[in-house]
Amino acid sequence: MLKFFIRGILRDRQRSLLPIIVITIGVTIVVLLQTYLTGVFGDMIDFNAKFSTGHVKVMSQAYYENMDQIPNDLALLETGELMNEIQKQYPDMNWSERISFGGLVDAPDENGETKAQGPAAGMAIDMISENSVEIERLNLEKSLVKGEIPKNSNEVLLSDDFATKLKISPGDQVTLIGSTMYGAMSITNFTVSGTIKFGVMALDRGGIIADISGVREALDMQDATGEILGYFSDNSYDDLKAIEISTYFNEIHSDSTDVFSPTMVPLREMNNLGSMLDLIGSFSGIMIFIFVFAMSIVLWNGGLLGGLRRYGEMGLRLAIGERKGHIYRSLISESIIIGIIGSIVGTAIALFFSSLLEKGIDMSGVMQESSMMMSPVFRAEITPTAYYIGFIPGLLATIVGTALAGIGIYKRQTAELFKELGA
Amino acid sequence: MNNKTIITINNLAKRFPIGGGEFTALKNINLKFEAGEFAGLVGPSGSGKTTMLNIIGSLDNPSDGDVTLLGTSIKKINPKRASSLRKHHIGFIFQTYNLMPVYTVYENVEFPLLLLKKSAAERRKAVLDALEWVGLMDKIKSKPKQLSGGESQRVAIARAMVKRPELVLADEPTANLDKENSYHILDTMVKLNKELNTTFLFATHDDKVIKYLNRIIRLEDGKVVADDIIKK
Repeated sequence: MLKFFIRGILRDRQRSLLPIIVITIGVTIVVLLQTYLTGVFGDMIDFNAKFSTGHVKVMSQAYYENMDQIPNDLALLETGELMNEIQKQYPDMNWSERISFGGLVDAPDENGETKAQGPAAGMAIDMISENSVEIERLNLEKSLVKGEIPKNSNEVLLSDDFATKLKISPGDQVTLIGSTMYGAMSITNFTVSGTIKFGVMALDRGGIIADISGVREALDMQDATGEILGYFSDNSYDDLKAIEISTYFNEIHSDSTDVFSPTMVPLREMNNLGSMLDLIGSFSGIMIFIFVFAMSIVLWNGGLLGGLRRYGEMGLRLAIGERKGHIYRSLISESIIIGIIGSIVGTAIALFFSSLLEKGIDMSGVMQESSMMMSPVFRAEITPTAYYIGFIPGLLATIVGTALAGIGIYKRQTAELFKELGA
Repeated sequence: MNNKTIITINNLAKRFPIGGGEFTALKNINLKFEAGEFAGLVGPSGSGKTTMLNIIGSLDNPSDGDVTLLGTSIKKINPKRASSLRKHHIGFIFQTYNLMPVYTVYENVEFPLLLLKKSAAERRKAVLDALEWVGLMDKIKSKPKQLSGGESQRVAIARAMVKRPELVLADEPTANLDKENSYHILDTMVKLNKELNTTFLFATHDDKVIKYLNRIIRLEDGKVVADDIIKK
């Protein structure tokens, strides 16, 4: 019987072609949007995690409350011991100390007089120890425009735009004028080993990247750090795991009466990334709902028109002895077959275009003025979800559309349908 | 012809709601049909022929009275049992053939057997037998749109006969056919009636059909005005 109906579907283009086209278009859009937005949002989360938040971040409670001001006077102390403890407690994660700092960068001329000056936003990372993964994590090698990665604690990288503005080249000296964690003035000379460009204005405008040991020296932060960033071993953010780890850590280490006690914060609670994560999480559901709704209406109407065209067939089948329920189920079975065909074709088309978009579209030209912390390359990402997500709206819409259209046939009296045989 | 009664109609009445009142399509009908009859309900349009055929075929319910078909009361029958009755025991032939356009002649005739869940071998034999009865062996792979009106109606007869039903209900089967094709169709049905002892009950006002009938039941305004056995 199923073969009989499949033959009917394949031969009757009016019955199958419109629904298959509708489903194919809808599924293609759903899957393409899913892969593209997964890629873009995923990269945005990844970019923030790498440059700013980590997957979890440990700070002092006071530092966390004033994080926007980068308050190094509220930094964590005795971090060597804390790092050992965290690494022991979470050996599967990678932990890195970082210090964010600000100051004035002064570029002297050959006489030692100020040639140029500019405010700088700096990031101190581990660049010179053997086990450091920070250079790779921040993609510094590829972002290097001139010079080389620092090999000593007194070397820094300047953003290429900033270096150009200050008329500085690799090998030149600059002076960082800032304040120590105790509020005293700090004046330290660094050698510029190279210049970098990330393609993001937030990082390129006045960026300076230094080794953490050099900055500790400059800001008098021995055995102290502003932040300890933790990353999952597979480098992908797991929201539930991050929340679980943070909650457990805070139960043990946080003390509500001590503002200097450490607190661990998951990525979702920083840089407004929580709402973005929620959006990613609900995106698939929203897209599926919209497309199931829209396609169901189209297919409902298509089904009604097809049903009207097939009233004669329905009446005949009833007269021959087929039960109404059986006819209704056969219509649903037909719709499932059509839904599967449309979903397969739609998913295949979407995956083809997604694979072309995996390399990404470079938007750095239009993002030069953007202050958002996001990758300038917008790319699609094909995840396992992409292989099945299109089947949900594809099948649901055909079944719902056919079920609604079929009710009209189902509710019709047998004799009325039978009469229409003669029409 | 054997004398087994296959249809008994007792005080049958059928009323349809129309506007604020009722239209009486059939009233006080009492009839019996024996197995193997070649009978017709004859009368002008609106006389109640098709309504009676629908009730006998369990496609509609009586308002009053009852029809007993093969021992089953149509008034008390549930939809499931009614479907089963039609599936196993009744063949329908319509004025407009109602062949499924996307299927071949073979597949159209095969469809009732698929509902009966017959094996492929059983289906094949029965379909080929039915097509041989109606002389359409050379049209097995044709689609309905490739057939003439007469050929289409012969396919419809084959479809009605393929499961060898006890009763065939034919509603104006020659209305869309020319004289030659009408006689051809009627000859085929007479042959099947004799060879298989199938009871044929027509609803018609076509003189060509009436000439072939062994029993003519005349309806006027929903009432039986004559019930004549024709000796041939």
